[in-house]
Amino acid sequence: MNLPPHSAERDPDFSGAASAALLRELRDILTPESLITDRELLRPYECDGLSAYRRLPFAVALPEDEAQVVAILVACHRAGVPIVPRGAGTGLSAGSMPHPQGVLLSLTKLNRILKLDPVARVAVVQTGARNLAISEAAAPHGLYYAPDPSSQIACTIGGNVAENSGGVHCLKYGLTMQNVLRVRMVTIEGEILELGSHALDAPGYDLLPLVIGSEGLLGIVTEVTVRLTPKPQMAQVIMASFDDVRKAGEAVAAVIAAGIIPAGLEMMDQGAAAAVEPFVKAGYDLEAKAILLCESDGTAEEVAEEVGRMRGVLEHSGATDLRVSRNEAERLRFWAGRKAAFPSAGRISPDYYCMDGTIPKKGLGEMLTAIAAMETKYGLRCINVFHAGDGNLHPLILYDANIPGQLERTEAFGAEILRLSVALGGTITGEHGVGFEKIHSMCEQFSTDELKAFHAVKGAFDPPGLLNPVKAIPSLHRCAEMGRMHVHHGELKFPELERL
Amino acid sequence: MSLAAFRERILARRPLCLRGGGSKDFYGGPLVGERLDVGGYQGIVGYEPSELVMTARAGTPLAELEAALAERGQWMAFEPPAFGGAATLGGAVASGLSGPGRTSCGALRDFVLGAKIMDGEGRELTFGGQVMKNVAGFDVSRLMAGTLGTLGLILEVSFKVLPIPVGQASLRFQLSQDKALDLMNRWAGKPLPVTATSWEEQLLTVRLAGAEAAVQSACGALGGQRLPEAEAAAHWAGLKEQSHAFFAGEAPLWRLSVPSIAGPLPLAGIPLIEWGGAQRWLRGDYAPAQVRAVAQKAGGHATLFRGGDRAAGVFMPLPGPLAAIHQRLKAVFDPHGVFNPGRLLLEL
Ligand SMILES: Cc1cc2nc3c(=O)[nH]c(=O)nc-3n(C[C@H](O)[C@H](O)[C@H](O)COP(=O)(O)OP(=O)(O)OC[C@H]3O[C@@H](n4cnc5c(N)ncnc54)[C@H](O)[C@@H]3O)c2cc1C
Repeated sequence: MNLPPHSAERDPDFSGAASAALLRELRDILTPESLITDRELLRPYECDGLSAYRRLPFAVALPEDEAQVVAILVACHRAGVPIVPRGAGTGLSAGSMPHPQGVLLSLTKLNRILKLDPVARVAVVQTGARNLAISEAAAPHGLYYAPDPSSQIACTIGGNVAENSGGVHCLKYGLTMQNVLRVRMVTIEGEILELGSHALDAPGYDLLPLVIGSEGLLGIVTEVTVRLTPKPQMAQVIMASFDDVRKAGEAVAAVIAAGIIPAGLEMMDQGAAAAVEPFVKAGYDLEAKAILLCESDGTAEEVAEEVGRMRGVLEHSGATDLRVSRNEAERLRFWAGRKAAFPSAGRISPDYYCMDGTIPKKGLGEMLTAIAAMETKYGLRCINVFHAGDGNLHPLILYDANIPGQLERTEAFGAEILRLSVALGGTITGEHGVGFEKIHSMCEQFSTDELKAFHAVKGAFDPPGLLNPVKAIPSLHRCAEMGRMHVHHGELKFPELERL
Repeated sequence: MSLAAFRERILARRPLCLRGGGSKDFYGGPLVGERLDVGGYQGIVGYEPSELVMTARAGTPLAELEAALAERGQWMAFEPPAFGGAATLGGAVASGLSGPGRTSCGALRDFVLGAKIMDGEGRELTFGGQVMKNVAGFDVSRLMAGTLGTLGLILEVSFKVLPIPVGQASLRFQLSQDKALDLMNRWAGKPLPVTATSWEEQLLTVRLAGAEAAVQSACGALGGQRLPEAEAAAHWAGLKEQSHAFFAGEAPLWRLSVPSIAGPLPLAGIPLIEWGGAQRWLRGDYAPAQVRAVAQKAGGHATLFRGGDRAAGVFMPLPGPLAAIHQRLKAVFDPHGVFNPGRLLLEL
């Protein structure tokens, strides 16, 4: 079979797109309130949660149902106009940043929970349904939707599917991938694909893993069936202080090595604890170099047994202080600071830049030491929160965009952290996606052949390459221009370290 | 076998039948092409118990991996069936089959973290990695699970492992199919440490696993008769390995994958039920169209798992737009149609 031509070589050029004709068609498809072209009204859509990257789209379309989505895609396809899907716009990798010649497709009006079956433990929801709304709807049945990104009040299930989002409890309960049974999506050609099913598998290739985490490059998700999980009877969290970040890192490995999979295992360094404490008054130990939050959930007996084992390991690993939440209010307070880490960073600094590398846990200490050295090198502060249990780091680099040169230094700082993540055997993004932001770092993680394979996979779903172009996968030209080099899984040994 | 030798065979562009230990030769469409043995490409490449990750070459026997994990108190919680001693990691991933714990811990594909493959042009490609969370690039490594080797030669796989649960118990109840299905679904909606269920010949068996205290209290809450440890272990192994009496004999074996809440299916013969109702096995010479229609009506699909006429296709055909995507993906990774032609779907 001949594949349609699809260029992995260069970024596509859409200057010849038939935008005026498209606009006429969109006016027929959508009600006037659902089509925005006025410059001032386009403003709110110029960026996602990563405000350093902004662009205005050519138009914003807000379809009200799947039929409108299909019609819009068919029209854009005909006109050769790119489409950027957008959920709530809380993404942190400029994944839904508009394309200047493209239509921004906002899916927030498709926000209904279509069906919730407590016996089958599934909910069928439209793409724009909010993550938390699903758990709220399931709560009366003692069920919830397990992945809980800190942005869960706002972010949509479609965005979660596009990013394979996680939360503080995904160590035990899995990411979006492990909690989605079925995805319904529209291709650029206007065809509807049903992937997965309400059974546990479907015939043919299992395309769910390919589509979950595909950042809007393969199709527009319109409907999702999620798995609901029974709410544990209770949970308790241990807050442990350490006088050394390396010791805290080793404690994380020790907990796992002891055969315990905590419901959540998070770490904050001193800077992060100091940043959040004034806002949430969680009672964090501000003397500690690092704080671990280690949660157990289940039946009362189970939690008592597990908390006992966790305490033992943490004490043995040199914790200087241990506090176990005594009630639900206290548990939530211990967590509140961790969950508010990003907004707190925003309050202590005009701007912050959140990184998202994942590394094998054994590299935590080395990474933290390296970051401390980078703070000096770039003259910028960095506070650290980690999904420590699965090695997913969120260093928050604090900067001020109004000071000339700071953004550039911040980007270089971030890129260096990601380079080290790859060199330590990890990845440039654990849950926030590549988007536009990390597109150059992809050149370091993947070889030319691998990048070509990604482009070809995209071509299999989106032959004209109109869905979210210039995101997630760099063209080979881009990689060559940036002079970025593929660090093949640690083969190139830590070239950065010598320069520290 | 070396990578260079694999590459040479692939670049000859003649159809190849990829084979690990041959334990799943019976599964999928007919075996076509020259045999390419992957079984010799062996070895554990990396294992870090505190990272919960193991990486091994595709030809490594599952038994060897299981033994190495057991030494450190860990296991492959997805319980890949071996169907005989020779099963390899590559074969387990390619067939994508998960064991009795599917509903509690997830499918084999959920445990795949990364894979190195050789594509139809002889290129080595690495996707995913050795960490739990990784969203860089499309997740091609998990896509490999269940492709039956049609998208590439799997060379190496990194997968997530878990600690062996501290407490375990199995309970048995005498119940009709209706009642058993109802109970399995109800229990699954409660925070109980149920990790596997089965029903056959009026017997519902439930496996509990987790913290000792949780298992004990669940035993109290559920009632039933507690199975002696050895009998329980033999029961679950018999289901996983299909050595259970239900699977004996030559009659064709059908697997119906349906939503767990589907009632008893309108097909003659008494099924063996697993996965809380989501996996149902049947024996007999059913007309394929009939079984498929019943499965489809229930919201699922049917596979001729073992025996019967494989030439007519063992998996259910795909709707048009989805079939087109399959063709295109096949062309991406195997442009010359070298790998296992027709093993998954007749047209691939
Ligand atoms: C304060 C804060 C905390 C956060 N905490 C976490 C966290 O704990 N864990 C985590 O994983 N993330 C976290 N995030 C990141 C973000 O919330 C997630 O990535 C979320 O899934 C994005 O959802 P959204 O609806 O806002 O999507 P958007 O930002 O609108 O879009 C994200 C991507 O999805 C695509 N997309 C959206 N809808 C569709 C669709 N229907 N079809 C196809 N593609 C689509 C977009 O094109 C874009 O590429 C956080 C963000 C913030 C601001």
